[in-house]
Amino acid sequence: MEHKLLVSSSPHIHQNESIASIMLDVIIALIPASLMGVYYFGYKAAVVIITAIAASVLSEYAYQKITKKTTTVSDLSAIVTGLLLALNLPVTIPLWMVVIGSAFAIIIVKQLYGGLGKNFMNPALAARCFMVIAWGGAMSAFVEPFVGYGADAISQATPLGVLKGISEGTIPSVNDAFFGVKPGTIGETSGAMLLLGGLYLLYKRVISWHIPTIYILSFGVLTYFLGNNNTQLSQLNFTLLSICTGGLLLGAIFMATDYVTTPTTKRGQVVFAVGCGLLTFVIRRYGSYPEGASFAILLMNIATPLIDRYIKPKKFGYVKKK
Amino acid sequence: MFNTFKGGMHIPDHKELTSGKPIKALDGDKVHIYPLQQHIGAPLEAKVQKGDYVRVGQVLADSDAFVSTPVHSSVSGTVTDIKPYLHPSGAKVTAVFVENDFTYEKYEGIKPYNIEDMTKEEMLSVVRNAGIVGMGGAGFPTHVKLSPPQEKEIKYLIINCAECEPYITADHRRMIEDPDSIVDGIGIVLKILGLDTAYVGIEKNKPDAIKVMNEKASIAGNIKVCPLKTKYPQGAEKQLIYAITKKQVPSGGLPADVGAIVMNVDTVSQISKTFRTGMPLIKRVVTVSGDAIENPSNFEVYTGVTFQYLIDNAGGFSKDVRKLVMGGPMMGIAQYSTEPPVVKTTSSILALSEEGGNYDDYSPCIRCGMCVEHCPMNLMPLYLSKFSVNNELEKAEEYNILDCIECGLCSYLCPGKQGPLHNIRIAKQKIIENRRKNK
Repeated sequence: MEHKLLVSSSPHIHQNESIASIMLDVIIALIPASLMGVYYFGYKAAVVIITAIAASVLSEYAYQKITKKTTTVSDLSAIVTGLLLALNLPVTIPLWMVVIGSAFAIIIVKQLYGGLGKNFMNPALAARCFMVIAWGGAMSAFVEPFVGYGADAISQATPLGVLKGISEGTIPSVNDAFFGVKPGTIGETSGAMLLLGGLYLLYKRVISWHIPTIYILSFGVLTYFLGNNNTQLSQLNFTLLSICTGGLLLGAIFMATDYVTTPTTKRGQVVFAVGCGLLTFVIRRYGSYPEGASFAILLMNIATPLIDRYIKPKKFGYVKKK
Repeated sequence: MFNTFKGGMHIPDHKELTSGKPIKALDGDKVHIYPLQQHIGAPLEAKVQKGDYVRVGQVLADSDAFVSTPVHSSVSGTVTDIKPYLHPSGAKVTAVFVENDFTYEKYEGIKPYNIEDMTKEEMLSVVRNAGIVGMGGAGFPTHVKLSPPQEKEIKYLIINCAECEPYITADHRRMIEDPDSIVDGIGIVLKILGLDTAYVGIEKNKPDAIKVMNEKASIAGNIKVCPLKTKYPQGAEKQLIYAITKKQVPSGGLPADVGAIVMNVDTVSQISKTFRTGMPLIKRVVTVSGDAIENPSNFEVYTGVTFQYLIDNAGGFSKDVRKLVMGGPMMGIAQYSTEPPVVKTTSSILALSEEGGNYDDYSPCIRCGMCVEHCPMNLMPLYLSKFSVNNELEKAEEYNILDCIECGLCSYLCPGKQGPLHNIRIAKQKIIENRRKNK
């Protein structure tokens, strides 16, 4: 038997996990929330999701073909970006906006900075913020669940806007807010399904508990003590509603845990999460937007290189310099 | 709670392939090949000539340098050649070829030592002249290790039975089958060091070995068995010292800085054999394993047989081999031939059907942080790797690249298959070379 022996430096074994397998886990974790979105908002939600994914993948493929780079579509990261972006959009969004948003995420935010691993902001989040600024009206045209089935859905304010007192509407019960019967983007309405996905990622060790838990906790504590400007709700009710509405859960579980744009050390991740919680609170409480999670995470994305530079693990055998 | 350190992780160990297989003593081969470099330290000079008749235990090569140990013939027969030959390190090294006459005639003057009458210096010279080195894989001369600087007070003798590398079961079998030589060897080393107690660290995935060693320890009275968490790299020197003493060897320092000396279990067993029979290091236990080996085995072999000889005795290859490794899969050396000889540091030979470690087709770093989370030295391999690629050596030093112990966990874990350790090694080498130049 002729054996072609490969010589390389150690180690000679590797675990099976690959970037594609990690991305696949994230996609699997997002499926419950996506299905719930389709259930609440109808087939239009599915169309938005498919459009965003297709536009993301095609943008990546086209960019890499044109610039003569190796095609990396098979690492599935463009699918994750497209899916995350779709879950951050209202179901009423015109499809051409979805296409432009997806292309923005992939080409401007990701590829121009060097592709996967080099982007300093989460592509889906950056695209969402770009769309909020570019098409404020279309991006806040939310409808009640199940209304989307009908031909002429009427735009509704999100519970967040109502909570903040900047728009008129009904405040859902905590129960409805958690399970998803409320107006909002396709993916953010069902906290329960997002948590389910988060638990799957924890189980598969794709994410650790640090960022989501600390983000939500720090936001919750601040809101409990400083956030309630609604006299009809108790502190606790207001806090729980604030956590379950808007993009907080989606952001904390799926966006603030994006490897590329978050610190690599556990201590750094704690700082990152507290920063996210604080900024989300400040924007929601004092800013002009009802929603703060996206901007908060993006701002902390930008702070990530700084956090990684200053919060390093103390090396084994560390000796104090005399 | 078991003793351990921060970082590291358990990796599939495949030890079940050979952990239940008794050590089989193999006869010598027709020709034995003895490279003149089997230790860390000064090179040796051949003491025999072509045509000489040599006997078992006879010195083939030696040096006057302190940091060196002789190489002995493990068989009796005629020296047929002295010429460069393929060494497991991949280089060609001068080697002595001895044609085995299968009489195993003992070299004159080989007889047991009477430890009671010996001074520490006499005992150390016995260890040196027996060619004993760290048999776990490092190959550091044992008599040097046992002669720490005067100003360092040694408090802990730690025997490394962690055997944290996947596949290898040589130490495991040694503990089960020959615990008395280990206990005896520990006694001798304790006498040399003037200590009362030795600490034996064993990973808890070897409960049978822990049981045997505990029984022996309770009789001997000078041994404390410390079960360790099963985790790679539990057997790395600094991590093992920390697990048992809770003391961190300072960066850039030696185990002696925290009063510790770590020895491999096979080395200790060899010390016993040398003092009780007079025979130098001419045999060792080698695990032959891997998914491409027909009949994975533990062998006791005379040094100088080729890898091919061991592979044949293990039934040959069962499937296409993509990687042949001497040592463990995490830190061992890849071989491009089955012809190198077994040397003093050959703890195992692995034939793997996967070509793990091919870094030609890698994905970008997605900063998943797994290398940071599991690094046993608390370093940030992703940045070290990046600095190496960008040739930013000063930054690499600032990020403590020289503290890397090259355990390979970062490369094992990397989902992008980037091989951070490979890049880190390159930068380390450049930094060390620059320092040498600037001296």
